[in-house]
Amino acid sequence: MTEKETLLSIEDLRLYFRTTQGIVQAVDSVDLRLGVNEAMVILGESGCGKTSLSRAVLRLLPNNVDTYSGDIYLEGENTMEMADEAFRRQIRWFKMSLVPQAAMNALNPVLKVGDQVAEPLIVHHRAEKEEARNQAAWMFEKVGVPVDFLDRYAFELSGGMRQRVALAMALITLPPLVFLDEPTSALDVLTQANIFNVLKNIKKELAVSFILITHDIATSSELADSVAVMYAGQIVEVSDARRFFTDPLHPYAQLLMSSVPKLKVEQEPTFITGQPPSLINPPSGCRFADRCPSAFDRCSEEPPVFLVDGQQVRCWLYRAKGVRA
Amino acid sequence: MTLELNGQPSNNIPAELSETQQFRSDGPASAATSRDVLLSVQDLHVWFELKRWGFLNAGHVRAVDGVSFDLHHGEAIGIVGESGCGKTTLMKTILGLYQPVQGNVRFDNQDLSELTTRDMQTYRSKAGYVQQDPYGALPPFMTVERILSEPMVIAGIKDRNVRDQRIREVLTEVKMTPVDDFLTKFPHMLSGGQQQRIVITRAMILNPQLIVADEPVSMLDASVRVEILRLLQRLQASHHLAVIYITHDLSTVRYFSDRIFVMYAGKLVERANVNDILRHPLHPYTQALLAATPDPDYRNALTHRELPPGEPPSLVNPPEGCRFHPRCPKKIEGLCEVEVPPNFEPAPNHYTACWLFR
Repeated sequence: MTEKETLLSIEDLRLYFRTTQGIVQAVDSVDLRLGVNEAMVILGESGCGKTSLSRAVLRLLPNNVDTYSGDIYLEGENTMEMADEAFRRQIRWFKMSLVPQAAMNALNPVLKVGDQVAEPLIVHHRAEKEEARNQAAWMFEKVGVPVDFLDRYAFELSGGMRQRVALAMALITLPPLVFLDEPTSALDVLTQANIFNVLKNIKKELAVSFILITHDIATSSELADSVAVMYAGQIVEVSDARRFFTDPLHPYAQLLMSSVPKLKVEQEPTFITGQPPSLINPPSGCRFADRCPSAFDRCSEEPPVFLVDGQQVRCWLYRAKGVRA
Repeated sequence: MTLELNGQPSNNIPAELSETQQFRSDGPASAATSRDVLLSVQDLHVWFELKRWGFLNAGHVRAVDGVSFDLHHGEAIGIVGESGCGKTTLMKTILGLYQPVQGNVRFDNQDLSELTTRDMQTYRSKAGYVQQDPYGALPPFMTVERILSEPMVIAGIKDRNVRDQRIREVLTEVKMTPVDDFLTKFPHMLSGGQQQRIVITRAMILNPQLIVADEPVSMLDASVRVEILRLLQRLQASHHLAVIYITHDLSTVRYFSDRIFVMYAGKLVERANVNDILRHPLHPYTQALLAATPDPDYRNALTHRELPPGEPPSLVNPPEGCRFHPRCPKKIEGLCEVEVPPNFEPAPNHYTACWLFR
């Protein structure tokens, strides 16, 4: 996991929102590191802050932000020190782009999909229309959309094709990092497998890094080089895919893994009792302690991150086995 | 040119139906067990008329095209298929929301199309419906108590105390306790899992014999999915319910159903017991579905999946012969694209509509 050159490094990132009920700690002190051409999966239940994390990195923020702090180094440069306009001109679409949740339903219904895919090039790279269209045609080929679909409208395409168009749009400026927010959650099994085949190809051919945000563990393993598990605004485990899918460390990750219904293995899935805590006044100490089967008295203290054989885990159970990070 | 889809399926049976009609019976299996059959679907065709400029006929969407099966008392079946294969239309026809253009649905030996409005209401109290998106299925301006008493009011249970008692009984059964905490809540105050429990409670409140669940867990988080599936399983066993579980996710069906039906482009292509389908899938489409469903495993990222090319066909002009033939890796030239495959029974009680097993 550490051999690859660092592309993105997030340090102590916090994003809190103001609401009428109080401050929501959506992203709370997140540290992450992503290598060049690496695909990282951020796993978590709905409401755990995984979408907010991607918004924080891309600085796509709503109006009610209370705290927005930390450091984000992208190719060695601290983007948190940049002004909004500089960030828009130099980072967004150039260095990082996003395929938002339900992107396939967000395509403009009155624009031809080819024009929509070409638009970021025209806006950000000041490309000529002709040139941008050619680039769009090339990108369509890469994501597996027939080139004659350039002149179609979104409603003429199937869900899988629209999702590919959304992906082409995010890739058209060839950014080194693409965020994928639940890219296949509304698609059928075969289409889903197809999209992941496309993503694997693109990762190989264009050397892009992906951050894949999802709650679907089984499909996330299709792309993952490494996995970060998020719970109640915090990252509770980071490890490489091989270790994670065979032997997750954090009790939450273990329970999550055993809650996946499996097709090829005989195993009764279990479920996690209770609900994630509110992010308005999260419990002090470990946030998973209430639902954790192996909780003990130490869990009332905030657990630090322990390093166990290269896996990072935020859990007191590993105080003896690991070293403090 | 504009194409519009009518809200209701067309009632005038088009001429082309007689040519494409390919009804074959199940053979001995359906006859032998007819005694305890609860629901019987025979040669069901549900077509929607397409209109051009609002009045010209522009063909039909053959959403369900020749489906037959029997469902016994207390049996759980899973209908698996991709979106657009007609599984939701099939379900809505079973619930009496759509009228078939041909064929019929019989519940307790009564043809649904022959029921009077009053009898239809009785039928609806015997067939509960669990929707896919719990938040969309619950009226946002009603409290849980009102949502749950509504079906009983419509069914004519006038005594408030009886209704209250029933609500408490069912809520306790789905483990929404303490009941009083939930009665006054609105749907948005509940988590996704709790909302889905309310939807299930509402389906159960009139003590139905049949529950139709349309992707009941696909909108929920992984950690609560299993909880909801277990709940349905428990209710099914304790009330001897017949359940039709509709999904596109094969990995959840196995924990729930006795039999799996695989549907493709408006037709059932394979029917068998859960383990037979999962261990020995026969139809190439079923095999493709199974191959595309991942289990969590890091090795998935290292290889590409073999998938059938293309996409499901348009149901307006479905392919001749077997509807899967344009995508099928095992196509038999000169046969699959010409003639519609009948149901074969290569193994006992394992039916598949594929020429490979002729």
